[in-house]
Amino acid sequence: MSSQEAVKLKKEKRSIFKDKVMELLPEGGNLNLCLTCGACSSGCPATGLEGMDPRKFLRMAALGMDDELKSSPWSWMCTMCQRCIYVCPMKIDIPQLVFNVRASWPRETRPKGIRGSCDMALRNESGSAMGTSPEDFTFVVGDVLEEYREAQPEFAEMEAPVDKQGAEFFLNQNSREPVTEPDEMVPLWKILHLAGVNWTYGSKGWGGENYCMFLADNSAWETIARTTAKQADDLGCKIYLNTE
Amino acid sequence: MTFSVLAGLKKFKIPHNFVVKNIYEYYAKWIREGKLKVNSDWNKERKIKFTVQDPCQIVRKSYGDPIAEDLRFVVKSVVGEENFIDMVPNRSNNYCCGGGGGFLQSGYKDQRLAYGKLKDDQIQTTKADYCIAGCHNCHAQIHELSEHYGAGYGVVHLWTLICLSLGILGPREREYLRDDLKDVNVFHPEMEE
Repeated sequence: MSSQEAVKLKKEKRSIFKDKVMELLPEGGNLNLCLTCGACSSGCPATGLEGMDPRKFLRMAALGMDDELKSSPWSWMCTMCQRCIYVCPMKIDIPQLVFNVRASWPRETRPKGIRGSCDMALRNESGSAMGTSPEDFTFVVGDVLEEYREAQPEFAEMEAPVDKQGAEFFLNQNSREPVTEPDEMVPLWKILHLAGVNWTYGSKGWGGENYCMFLADNSAWETIARTTAKQADDLGCKIYLNTE
Repeated sequence: MTFSVLAGLKKFKIPHNFVVKNIYEYYAKWIREGKLKVNSDWNKERKIKFTVQDPCQIVRKSYGDPIAEDLRFVVKSVVGEENFIDMVPNRSNNYCCGGGGGFLQSGYKDQRLAYGKLKDDQIQTTKADYCIAGCHNCHAQIHELSEHYGAGYGVVHLWTLICLSLGILGPREREYLRDDLKDVNVFHPEMEE
């Protein structure tokens, strides 16, 4: 066990951040129901980082230690993986507490890398964390497809459509592939071809990743979600298919 | 990403006419329906061992244990049941690898690798040669854990293995694989650059 100093509470009345978060969550995220059993912390890979763990994080919120809670970089080290909820007897939504702590940071102070990926996704309607435009994406897909149809005649009929009206499946695509390793898109196309699937990418909202959610930038997350949902609906797709 | 779409539609009350699905469910369906005629014969003699990372976003946070079962069905179909070793704990109870939540982009590298120690221990305990990671963040993080902690296991996409077992994986679609899988069922070897 590490020898940490006991938490000392100050006397003055604090603004209680936890209560504000509870108003935002269904059932208040059960944030008042902690039995302090520690099941969350004992199975959390982030336990111990920055001297923090999920139970301590929640207890600090309950004690109104808002400044300490918000100033710890730990909220960026919890991945919001929800294992703590899964093992919690009271199903306390600690990840949503973490999300709202992230959201309480002024945007420009949030980690540059996550912010950069979110900003890229807002540059155009692709929703790509690498900022790839709809035109560039469409070009790369067509280019790679043509090359493989020729080089592997067994797949001469393979398709990789963009904006195919009435396709059953709307497929999104992590932008790492079209940008840095385009050949990696091909195995999935082959699988869809062999399975006889009627699918399409969207020129808008094709980007499969969403760092704005991790940045806790709600309005940007919403913009991206709306763009991709509208594209899938405009194309009349019945199934929105994620690969990850 | 499955969760950001599902959670976003709900949180922002975005009207839509489609259902959100993950491809693991369909890989399993298409194999069961005989549309993807995969088999694991290529690995009968080689006995290359695989474990699988249950992506938190897809399993615990979105579809739960049923999709984890689909994932295992697909993996066993392509690598052979005897060559699959599960991590403990697994499925909805699996540990996050530490690549998600923006951790890879957050700049806190030392903490991220410390976070991933638990995952690396889990993978090393299986003694698998490869960890299958269907998600890009998991892939990048687990690859780095393998190098950082020195175990040297490989990391592989599920679609790569499906195509490999179908005999339709070309040289440029397998560039990231280690030597033990480089020469298995190579499709159009002349495409090698």
